[in-house]
Amino acid sequence: MNVVINGDAREVAADATLASVLQDFGVAERGVAVAVDGAVVPRASWPDTALRPGATIEVLTAVQGG
Amino acid sequence: MDDPLVIADREFGSRLITGTGGAANLSILERALIASGTELTTVAMRRVDAEGGTGVFDLLRRHGIEALPNTAGCRTAAEAVLTAQLAREALETNWIKLEVVADEDTLLPDPVELLDAAEQLVDQGFVVLAYTNDDPVLALKLEEVGCAAVMPLGSPIGTGLGIRNPHNIEMIVSRASVPIILDAGIGTASDAALAMELGCSAVLLATAVTRAQDPERMAIAMRSAVEGGRLASQAGRIPQRFWAQASSPGKPMG
Repeated sequence: MNVVINGDAREVAADATLASVLQDFGVAERGVAVAVDGAVVPRASWPDTALRPGATIEVLTAVQGG
Repeated sequence: MDDPLVIADREFGSRLITGTGGAANLSILERALIASGTELTTVAMRRVDAEGGTGVFDLLRRHGIEALPNTAGCRTAAEAVLTAQLAREALETNWIKLEVVADEDTLLPDPVELLDAAEQLVDQGFVVLAYTNDDPVLALKLEEVGCAAVMPLGSPIGTGLGIRNPHNIEMIVSRASVPIILDAGIGTASDAALAMELGCSAVLLATAVTRAQDPERMAIAMRSAVEGGRLASQAGRIPQRFWAQASSPGKPMG
């Protein structure tokens, strides 16, 4: 199935979890936060979070600003 | 700590809060932040593959400077609330500089969305520092919904036009019972000193330092100006007079 991660579509396994998708994406151990379809998913819940086809995933971190 | 800035029961020795945006590179930013003496510095939240670098959080941690995430770039209350929740998760802090702007030309706060977001975030347990217009009515409403600090602009973000309506800032300060922090529009040291003389508890600035020709030197100037302005506001200035008043008594020859 396809999901959208930070604006880019990618093909993932039909049984992919949020944790597996983020591992492929290369997410850091600390300092990032993730929302799926507009809701924050805490890191502890990533392995148990199933994804629907077309899910929108946002991965954010702190950058220079303000 | 002598005369600390107190926000939501946290004490800070420095009354200069800085931003991290606009610096040419991280090493220039690092020197400027250290020179400024700041203890609290804003960061923005962006996609991990976005431009802007990710080393800023490590830099702040290395120097023991508290990171204050902001909601820069948000246009609606919903966007700002989600961004704050993500910041809390990523940075493990429930402090948020709330920023909801109306359009790109002015970058002025959208008062309707701002107040809505502030209320939601306070309800969710955030310590909200709200960036707002220099509007005494809105400032009081933000305090009433539970913001820990209210941060009126001196002039639009990045303009360096200083404090365009000092009387409004004085009105905001005069009836506030949370810290008022002058945020945005500072161009040079005298603007920062004026903010403190008007009774603000602190100054938040970024561009004035990071885009100065010599950021480190300007950071020192801002630090001194904030300290000087604070002392002057506490010392009680002389009244302004129309006519001169001699400071030496009498005449030399009787």
